[in-house]
Amino acid sequence: MAHIQVPEGIPGIRSLVMYRPDTGQHLYALAQALLRNESPLSEAERELIATFVSSLNDCHFCAGSHAAAARFLLGKDKELVDQVIADYQTAPVSDKMKALLTIAKHVQQDARTVSEELVADARQHGATDRDIHDTVLIAATFCLFNRYVDGLASLTPTDPAAYEAMGERMGTLGYVMPKPVV
Amino acid sequence: MPHISLPEHLPGITGLLEYRLDTALPIRELTQILLRGESTLTPGERELIATLVSARNETRFCTAAHTKAADLLLGDDETARAVKQDYETAPVSEKMKALLAIAAHAQRSGKDVTPEAVERAKRAGATDREIHDTVLITALFCLYNKYVDGLASVTPTDPVYYQRLGERIVQGYKRPPGGFPVPPKM
Repeated sequence: MAHIQVPEGIPGIRSLVMYRPDTGQHLYALAQALLRNESPLSEAERELIATFVSSLNDCHFCAGSHAAAARFLLGKDKELVDQVIADYQTAPVSDKMKALLTIAKHVQQDARTVSEELVADARQHGATDRDIHDTVLIAATFCLFNRYVDGLASLTPTDPAAYEAMGERMGTLGYVMPKPVV
Repeated sequence: MPHISLPEHLPGITGLLEYRLDTALPIRELTQILLRGESTLTPGERELIATLVSARNETRFCTAAHTKAADLLLGDDETARAVKQDYETAPVSEKMKALLAIAAHAQRSGKDVTPEAVERAKRAGATDREIHDTVLITALFCLYNKYVDGLASVTPTDPVYYQRLGERIVQGYKRPPGGFPVPPKM
């Protein structure tokens, strides 16, 4: 059960933004800008970073829902998601993506350990300032979402079908505030 | 030196927020509502939560900025210092101690917020909204701290800088109309 009285039967972040929509609208706007607005990283790549960080934070709701969004966006390459979660160093992603995931991992653990060497390695594989900026901000933002979702013990569905539906919604509609309960 | 090219006259978080405005807007709006909007926690109490989280993440820029904001809002420079050292013995209410304990748990991991910690806060009179806001302020400052440290933005050492910044954020977190123009060369 959640630590506070949120709308019943509503999972994860949705129950929290329905509890306080005036802050929730900006959280959804941030997710939409970061994961769907123009960026040198594809939507699927950004969802992979979100999934990876949520998985490192052991946040089942965020990891499950963003993994589903990444699978939806990747289509026939969807098995990539589980490979990245299991071991991104051996997953079939570009060297640039591996270097960016390493930066994301350091942001998740202790952002002060993002070293000049890690950044230089990403640049050597073609990463630009914007790639590096967006990777750090996505990782930092999911450290927010993961703490919010688990810190209030919001409802985490266990049925994989529930996540598949969320992934399709996130992959098509993006991040749209849920309608208030009437 | 920052990991990416940022405006030289804007250290700390400011240059990062100017670097990408479409993501900065919801971050600023969220901070404004959460730290300055209507709440049963005073702006000073909310700045204490931001200060504790930033101190535990060891982000010097955010710690100095929000310590100064808390000092100005509370009218003393003792409370924030004591909260950073040991909030259990700091001169704050039992309810604030319990909320700061929740913040200390959530700073490590959302999963570390125990039912016992929440129960303690409720016994001390904390409402659901206060517990919600404490967790969200903590989560938001983990974002800020990681954003600032992860891109190695510049941390000024001059106390005058933090005095001015503290005075600015006491007024609020929205972007000034016209942004932050480069100051004229002397």
